Amino acid sequence: MAETTFTSCEGLLGSLSDYIDGELGAELCRQIEKHVAECENCRIVVDTTRKTIDLVHVSNASETGLPEDVRDRLFKRLNLDDYLKPSAK
Amino acid sequence: MTTENTMPDISIEALRQGDRSEFARLVDAYSAPIYHLGLRMLGNEQDAEDVLQNTFINALTHLHGFEGRSSILTWLYRIAANEALMTLRRGRPEVNIDDPVDSGDDGEALPPTQFVDWSALPEDELLSAEGKQALDAAIQSLPENLRMVFLLRDIQELSIRDVASALDLTEANVKVRLLRARLLLRERLSFYYGERMRKEKTNG
Ligand SMILES: [Zn+2]
Repeated sequence: MAETTFTSCEGLLGSLSDYIDGELGAELCRQIEKHVAECENCRIVVDTTRKTIDLVHVSNASETGLPEDVRDRLFKRLNLDDYLKPSAK
Repeated sequence: MTTENTMPDISIEALRQGDRSEFARLVDAYSAPIYHLGLRMLGNEQDAEDVLQNTFINALTHLHGFEGRSSILTWLYRIAANEALMTLRRGRPEVNIDDPVDSGDDGEALPPTQFVDWSALPEDELLSAEGKQALDAAIQSLPENLRMVFLLRDIQELSIRDVASALDLTEANVKVRLLRARLLLRERLSFYYGERMRKEKTNG
């Protein structure tokens, strides 16, 4: 794998996830950057894939809580009623 | 509100000895991420709640099987992922329930076909109510095997290694599926945002 070169668009695709996640070595990053500087389609694929993941993060950052009624029923199902906050009633 | 990124100090020993207040702490620490995984995977609140309840019931039953090689959250995700995939399969009567839950479909990633550059559009436009709906629908439309990997990695933010451990896959499998999922999602969003950009142009 280490000697993969990005002379082709397919080659870039194979390392796209690692590249976006910051898990590629400096030399491979340099090769990708060289390729996207000359290949507009790959530049767009890299930028829009990165943006896709950003949007997923942003859009889910607000959806992390547990609805109070779901929590109530969960605690009851697990026979943990006595650990429900009194205020949760 | 959530504890996803902080790891509360849960004592496995206390859990094993049947310490109920420790179990209640475990439930409060991890129920939200488990619920949201179910919601994203199954697409409705009732099924997500069933997965949530069954996950902790199973966890309680199988505590002795937890070896501490993965984090307790990864272990819970593993149980929840199985519950969710089984729920999906139960909804499909034509599928034999004894078949393996995972078909192991790891084909090549499809090469991109959409080359519209929408990445510089402002975020509040990309995530308008309609844009967010399109994003949710695109995630929901990913094939199950890809969606589960994508949710664990890109939404719950597990490491590749923890995703592999939660789903009993190799890290190489996880990476292949993650790439396919991301490219499929990118493809669908490109189509959607491309349409929107074209419309805005013609509307002046
Ligand atoms: Zn290229």
